[in-house]
Amino acid sequence: MSFRQKHLLGIEQLAPDEIHTLLDLADQYAEMERGASKHGTALQGLTQINMFFEASTRTQASFEIAGKRLGADVMNMAMQASSLKKGETLIDTALTLNAMHPDLLVVRHPHSGAVELLAQKVNCAVLNAGDGRHEHPTQALLDALTIRRAKGRLHRLNIAICGDIAHSRVARSNILLLGKLENRIRLIGPPTLMPSGVSDWGVEVYDDMAQGLADCDVVMMLRLQKERMDGAFIPSEREYYHRFGLDAEKLSNAKPDAIVMHPGPMNRGVEIDGTLADDINRSVIQEQVEMGVAVRMAAMDLLARNLRAARTPKGVMV
Amino acid sequence: MTNALYRNARLIDPAAGTETLGWLRIEGGLIAEMGEGPRAGGIDCGGLCLAPGIVDIGVKVGEPGERHKESFRTAGAAAAAGGVTTIVTRPDTTTPIDTPEVLEFVKKRGQESAPVHFRPMAALTKDRAGREMTEIGFLRDAGAVAFTDGDHVVTDTKVLSRCMTYARSLGALIVGHPQDPGLSHGAAVTSGKFASLRGLPSVTPMAERIGLERDLALVEMTGVAYHADQITTAAALPALARAKALGLNVTAGISIHHLTLNELDVADYRTFFKVKPPLRSEDDRMAMVEAVRDGLIDIICSMHTPQDEESKRLPFEAAASGAVGLETLLPAALRLYHAGHLTLPELFRAISLNPARRFGVPGGDLRVGAPADVVLFNPDTPIVLDRFTLRSKSKNTPFDGQRMQGRVEKTLVGGVIAYERSKS
Repeated sequence: MSFRQKHLLGIEQLAPDEIHTLLDLADQYAEMERGASKHGTALQGLTQINMFFEASTRTQASFEIAGKRLGADVMNMAMQASSLKKGETLIDTALTLNAMHPDLLVVRHPHSGAVELLAQKVNCAVLNAGDGRHEHPTQALLDALTIRRAKGRLHRLNIAICGDIAHSRVARSNILLLGKLENRIRLIGPPTLMPSGVSDWGVEVYDDMAQGLADCDVVMMLRLQKERMDGAFIPSEREYYHRFGLDAEKLSNAKPDAIVMHPGPMNRGVEIDGTLADDINRSVIQEQVEMGVAVRMAAMDLLARNLRAARTPKGVMV
Repeated sequence: MTNALYRNARLIDPAAGTETLGWLRIEGGLIAEMGEGPRAGGIDCGGLCLAPGIVDIGVKVGEPGERHKESFRTAGAAAAAGGVTTIVTRPDTTTPIDTPEVLEFVKKRGQESAPVHFRPMAALTKDRAGREMTEIGFLRDAGAVAFTDGDHVVTDTKVLSRCMTYARSLGALIVGHPQDPGLSHGAAVTSGKFASLRGLPSVTPMAERIGLERDLALVEMTGVAYHADQITTAAALPALARAKALGLNVTAGISIHHLTLNELDVADYRTFFKVKPPLRSEDDRMAMVEAVRDGLIDIICSMHTPQDEESKRLPFEAAASGAVGLETLLPAALRLYHAGHLTLPELFRAISLNPARRFGVPGGDLRVGAPADVVLFNPDTPIVLDRFTLRSKSKNTPFDGQRMQGRVEKTLVGGVIAYERSKS
């Protein structure tokens, strides 16, 4: 059991044992959060900076709470408002921040690969909070933890990921993670919202919800990312809802105990029926949010341990 | 020193398709005499290759507008060091070369600073905006060897057909960039598994075929002389073959990067591998190598596009496209020779003879009476490329740190030494 990463840039770099190490620790933090004292000390004395170059409420709040519960000094920087408008490049921003000696840098950026670029220029641990259409590793990890707690295992499950796969970094990270742990993955959505080359991904692709959902243990819905769309992808929201929106009828094709997930924020009545989203017997959407904090605590804790180990001179007793 | 004798050299003659060990005598800037076998006196080349200098089509020089990226002096020095004796420049400068006045300025700059031949192309439409044609007649009189809007595709078919009809009456060559701009808008890589996993905006290879088919239909209609700047996908080849079989006045080129690299080289968002059109799949690359060997693709160029560090040190999507190539064209192209895909005469047909003939510019021939524009090189010398040793002002080469084979020893332009490797 170990976690060997310097940064958390994507699921692509993680080995299965590292994923389980992180989820086991997150499980402990989830219990702690439900207990009387929510506070730990793992990040005490460390500085965490949240840099969001793209608007976010949920993820940013989740990272902030996770850091504060473990004792870090947390600072939020709304990057879309500041230096970008003044023409500063990403690398200059990184160097400026680096001079302030942060320990944990949480970054979201609208361009794929931007977080990785930034990580090359700083000497602290960098967490990817979503880069373009590339990866969103903590979302995939919190989804995995939610599934593991609901289903008791995280392998050999039939998992359907539905909707706007093409624009979704959540889908990419989830496909990578669930694939590494040997689950059967189906992608369901209109062909215009499927990424190119999807047939080489080792997944099954459907454009019919009833067929795709048959015998599924987990149904993950994705948000229709209207802000990332630059052309005609679907004829209308109502037709999309009719064909691909999850409602009780379509869900009846899945296993009777199948759980329903959504990374939020939801477009009710577009990709998911409002009543179903609130059905506590089927929907684990609120639990996903809860696990988000626990997973981010675990991720920052593990990276901080590696950071401290790297900063300790070799051969010195501590 | 315009009179000299070079002996014991492998003479590469792309026109005859031969390579022979022999000698070559230069007098008054021309090749005065050539022969097989040994000969006394002169300079012993030690069995190295002596070939017609490279003629590179589509070189971007940052004058006017972006001299901090490349000037005529640095481009000329890079060309000479790369064995290039003639550069044909692109008009996609900041202030495009779309009037005779700008062309005169560029010609003056080029002639006073570059140690190699330089011939300019001019824009096809004013401001490269695709609405009104430039003064093709005046520009041609002023020395423009071809007309192109570069990567700005003329989307209005009526405008393009009129430009072609007019150019045809003057016998002017049009260089197109076959690409469907609707499909390629915003794209950074070629669509497929790699693009999707990296989450990058992508373009289907079909966009090239659509662009080419449209242009070729207009060529058929107007009869203009047309050169496709870069054909990089297998899907576009049948249209090209059909046009040539029909006897249309059509040729095609490709950059050396598309012949020696593929989409996977982008790896973790390495922006020096961002070029236009984007790098393709390995299957496409191999199909292109075959097309060059078969002569379906006529010209290999460097598509030399200098970019400063600032425009490349950005997230992949936001980074500028293009790579420098004047100095790496020969060693990169020699990869095709060492891999057994092309013989040296076949290679020099594509990088020297064909471009010189198609664009009507100096060079391309190794025969008595031709100007002594030649390159002496060792095709086998191993090198590890260090981008900071490049003479271009911009160092954006995708070959940085790579092992290559082939080194230029000497470049002659009109018999005068434009470059000689220092023997330190």
